[in-house]
Amino acid sequence: MSGTFVGMPAFPEAARAAVGDATLRANLRHATHTIRDKRARAVAELDDWARLREAGKRIKDHTLRHLDRYLLRLEEAVTAAGGTVHWAADAAEANRIVTRLVQETGESEVVKVKSMATQEIGLNEALEAAGVRAYETDLAELIVQLGHDRPSHILVPAIHRNRGEIRDIFRAEMGRWGRPAPEGLTDTPAELAEAARLHLREKFLRARVGISGANFMVAETGTLVVVESEGNGRMCLTLPETLISVVGVEKVVPTWRDLEVFLQTLPRSSTAERMNPYTSTWTGTTDSDGPRAFHLVLLDNGRTDTLADEVGRQALRCIRCSACLNVCPVYERAGGHAYGSVYPGPIGAILSPQLRGTASAVDASLPYASSLCGACYEVCPVAIDIPEVLVHLRERVVEGGEVTRRGVRVRLRPAKGHAAERAAMRAARWVFGHPGALRAGQRLASRTRAVHPRTLPGPGRAWSATRDLPPVPAEPFRDWWRRTHGEGSGA
Amino acid sequence: MSGRDVILGRIRRALGPEPDDAQDPHAGYESAVPRDYLREHGTRGEDATVDLLAENLADYRALVHRTDADGLAELLARLLAARGTRTVLVPPGLPRWWLATADATRVPDRAAHTARDLDRVDSVVTGCAVAVAETGTLVLDGSPDQGRRRITLVPDHHVCVVRVPDQVVASVPLALERLDPRRPLTWISGPSATSDIELDRVEGVHGPRTLEVVLVSGV
Repeated sequence: MSGTFVGMPAFPEAARAAVGDATLRANLRHATHTIRDKRARAVAELDDWARLREAGKRIKDHTLRHLDRYLLRLEEAVTAAGGTVHWAADAAEANRIVTRLVQETGESEVVKVKSMATQEIGLNEALEAAGVRAYETDLAELIVQLGHDRPSHILVPAIHRNRGEIRDIFRAEMGRWGRPAPEGLTDTPAELAEAARLHLREKFLRARVGISGANFMVAETGTLVVVESEGNGRMCLTLPETLISVVGVEKVVPTWRDLEVFLQTLPRSSTAERMNPYTSTWTGTTDSDGPRAFHLVLLDNGRTDTLADEVGRQALRCIRCSACLNVCPVYERAGGHAYGSVYPGPIGAILSPQLRGTASAVDASLPYASSLCGACYEVCPVAIDIPEVLVHLRERVVEGGEVTRRGVRVRLRPAKGHAAERAAMRAARWVFGHPGALRAGQRLASRTRAVHPRTLPGPGRAWSATRDLPPVPAEPFRDWWRRTHGEGSGA
Repeated sequence: MSGRDVILGRIRRALGPEPDDAQDPHAGYESAVPRDYLREHGTRGEDATVDLLAENLADYRALVHRTDADGLAELLARLLAARGTRTVLVPPGLPRWWLATADATRVPDRAAHTARDLDRVDSVVTGCAVAVAETGTLVLDGSPDQGRRRITLVPDHHVCVVRVPDQVVASVPLALERLDPRRPLTWISGPSATSDIELDRVEGVHGPRTLEVVLVSGV
């Protein structure tokens, strides 16, 4: 995955900076609490939610277990319906294919539907380098693009911005990209949305190439599905002459009927609506309705490496609803940028280190960007056990082991920074195995409470830098038990 | 080696040999996925299902009207007049009598129309393929009474006529059964909306800002 934000510090440093930003925390708190309460109500309307969740999980697991067959079936169906299928093993190959396809149309600008896959591969930057301007048309993506900013949420990329900040961005930047913001633009959401409508409409009406992702691809029929709210998706999917969709290989589902599960669980989990305002489905091309040329670029970019890990594979079930972000206490305080990836929050903490490997400091730190409270697993509509994968990845970071990178099995060495942790764990193992030593140590710790430092010295600093040291009680629990329950009452 | 061979090779190495029952993985598919979720939520009669559709459409700020065959033309004429509509897009298969009394100039749905041409039209009137009561959703499938996907997108005012009760189903699973995936489908739940600014819902960003739904019986 080339979507690493360049120069991004590891999660603990980035999070510390973000946690100190009061505006950011207020914006995030407001947004995540609003949506998590609404989501709970939307889910409660369906009394078969648990069964839908289980079905969604099984559909995805089955598809992943036979992924090669379903992709071939999809390719056949898309081709039969008049589309062209391309396969991209990594970001660079995907960007090359899309750039070539755009250049073959002779156009120098494209309109884009919000898409995680194209964010992940850095498509806009690759097109820019080839002299093609890519316009984001989702309102939140527009705010991010105009603000020279990065997305911080899967569903609401500009969740970290409040209305005042958005008005300032529109006033300052719209004119440089096309139609300027209206005179006297205020910060009411309705006026801001109207400004975006006017600014983008002129781009939609002249666009000849559209680029999208897809939420689902149906293998049996070759149908692609895009779920959205604003209508910008419909604009990009139907007005241009050429449509290019870049889609991760894990987005395939076997049958048309499978959509009955996901079209119920996705909107309620993501925007907390019974149904999102617009869903578009298309199967290849249709005479005189919509684009005349349709290209599907199937993207690997670390997904097959993730597939090779039997514990971590479940991250590929993700339907990008972002419910896990909205309930996560860590995300709520640290914000999306701290995760150093287009996939923030709990799902990002397990997806990014698998797609990219754990070689960089930020990726090695992501499995630790969690309190393991389990709220993310609870809300996940495809039952991804995120805490399980986090623990699995922590073990890999610390202990090393076999992983697959770019299709090749490699042996990962234990991470250097964790030598002190390993030593501490070895020591702990010895101490817990020797009750006398444990008792002596605890009593000593209690008696010296007054002089304990607030951070640990030496290699322990890495641990205490991101945590408050727990206070030591005045009396060890075992002593207290013996004193209050008597010698003979212990279990 | 092509990207295709690289990816398929990686997948096969990642998964290892397939389980024995996987000669045709699809044969085992229905037993691999439990379908014990509900086909619809609750039991309602036809009338109650139509009422629920109206309620959920209104909840997402669509304007809902009800009439019968005798009142349809007059109602449509009134809705267009109320908005000051001068030009109205008409799909090729829309029954002519629906707009028999409307004053607005009819603009046929032609392939030669550019997006800019459509942007100058005030309103569009269409039928629909199926409507989903539980979610307040209309589905268009490009049939002659609905026209191309773009005609219900670019104009700012969309009037959609739903024949009740025969075009109404209770749930998403029942809707998918009725639809042909080879057709381009547009599912519409309320007017265009965004929640991107502080998660405040605002109607009307890029699609029609006003969606009016006419539930017509006896047609």
